[in-house]
Amino acid sequence: MRSEPVLQVQALVKRYGDKTAVNGLDLVAGAGITAVLGPNGAGKTTTVETCEGYRRPDSGTVRVLGLDPVRQTRELHPRIGVMLQSGGVYSGARADEMLRHVARLHAHPLDVDALIERLGLGSCGRTSYRRLSGGQQQRLALAMAVVGRPELVFLDEPTAGLDPQARRATWDLVRDLKEDGVSVILTTHYMDEAEQLADDVAIIDGGRVIAQGSPEELCRGGAENTLRFTGRPGLDVGSLLKALPADCAAAELTPGSYRVAGKVDPQLLATVTSWCAQHGVMPDRISVERHTLEDVFLELTGKELRS
Amino acid sequence: MTITADKGMYAPKPGAAPLSRMITAQAALETRMLLRNGEQLLLTVIIPTLLLVLFSAVDIVDTGAGEAVDFVAPGILALAVMSTAFTGQAIGTGFERRYGVLKRLASSPLPRWGLMTAKTASVLVTEVLQVLLVTVIAFALGWSPHGNPLAVLLLLIVGTAAFSGLGLLMAGTLKAEATLAAANLVFLLLLVGGGVIVPLDKFPDAAQSALGLLPISALSDGLRDVLQHGAGMPWGDLGILAAWAVVGLAAAGKFFRWE
Repeated sequence: MRSEPVLQVQALVKRYGDKTAVNGLDLVAGAGITAVLGPNGAGKTTTVETCEGYRRPDSGTVRVLGLDPVRQTRELHPRIGVMLQSGGVYSGARADEMLRHVARLHAHPLDVDALIERLGLGSCGRTSYRRLSGGQQQRLALAMAVVGRPELVFLDEPTAGLDPQARRATWDLVRDLKEDGVSVILTTHYMDEAEQLADDVAIIDGGRVIAQGSPEELCRGGAENTLRFTGRPGLDVGSLLKALPADCAAAELTPGSYRVAGKVDPQLLATVTSWCAQHGVMPDRISVERHTLEDVFLELTGKELRS
Repeated sequence: MTITADKGMYAPKPGAAPLSRMITAQAALETRMLLRNGEQLLLTVIIPTLLLVLFSAVDIVDTGAGEAVDFVAPGILALAVMSTAFTGQAIGTGFERRYGVLKRLASSPLPRWGLMTAKTASVLVTEVLQVLLVTVIAFALGWSPHGNPLAVLLLLIVGTAAFSGLGLLMAGTLKAEATLAAANLVFLLLLVGGGVIVPLDKFPDAAQSALGLLPISALSDGLRDVLQHGAGMPWGDLGILAAWAVVGLAAAGKFFRWE
């Protein structure tokens, strides 16, 4: 694993007219898979497209693999692979024809036939791009992003609209990329996708990164977790509270159903079970509810609808 | 889709292909896309061929003294150049822009100037095929061309540059649908009012001098001077075309939006 970051964004500002899309954003992404999450209009597409060299920053600096994506395109482009959210292919081109073309632009491309087989694109046959299914178009775009054997791949919502099988195939390919030392910047609206794939997650809102960390770190920090158990009704919750750390809460929600809220760690679990043992309580159905990335995301970005 | 990859299959090994290979591949792909597109073929092959045969064989427009085909064939050559360099290129590039093809290629190892070079090469290859077709049909219709082939070649090249600039300007600034409509409309207007099959002297005097400054008029007039009348280098027409080329290409360079 390289120590040098694949992406370095410092104080990035990008305005469209009088609307500020990105407002002093800082982001560092290392090797591996980095997911960029954010509500619609949060600034994530602008940020990623600035890294891809499609947009010129109004201020701030962007470095991709240590290079300036606007000025050093000749050095940078062979080293990155870009999957656009949609399109990018001649409407009259066949899938294999387009993929072979992109391969021909690179010095050491992947074996196109193997890639076609891997992504199930063989069934596209002689069909032109505009008549392919949405899923086939997505997988072609993914294949085009990796065929040049890049060091860094940008994937913009790679599984939007895919069926579960195609989604798994895409996830497997992304994991294989990482395994083989390719770094990935993944934009997605699917929290489970980020949770499954990402080593690092950056949540963008209001044109800034408002949280960043591994999925575990993000789920652990910030949000409180919950431990639930059932026992006989009417246990002395007050005595349980005394046994717990000061910042915890405990309550009998419905008769025989108890909830402990706080920082749930192994110590807390041991405290609860030993309290149960002391009181002759068999805690049936004890469960720890871990917050999902989606809970964290909604907590940080709010629940109201965005444009 | 459960085929597992060989370990290390995706190990990074980046690198751009040699420029010549990239540009050749891009030009070949663009030409294939053009020849595969039915509407484009209508514009670049069928309409010029039909007009050539129709106006040479049937006396619809008074084309002056001599064989009709001697008047019509140079005009059709000009039309062929316009149909490919202007109309076809504008519509094709407009939709490539609309569907993100230009955007995707912009992040590939192919530099932008390489893409434009490939587009030009594709236009030229198509024009060679058109000129061959028109020439063969015109000879079959009894065409007897005169003049210096070099002058003809120069007119075709400068004309291509002029129409390419205008086509790319349109494709890079208007919406794809607007480009489609406008490019077809301009094609039709210039076909009628640009001396392709209707001699400019059929128009009122005032209109004539304005129409004479159009790139299509300059190209068809220049080609006719050489091919029909055996004139030397038509500097006036070449000058008009060169001016359009400079203005069109400069404006396209300045205002073209890639997405």
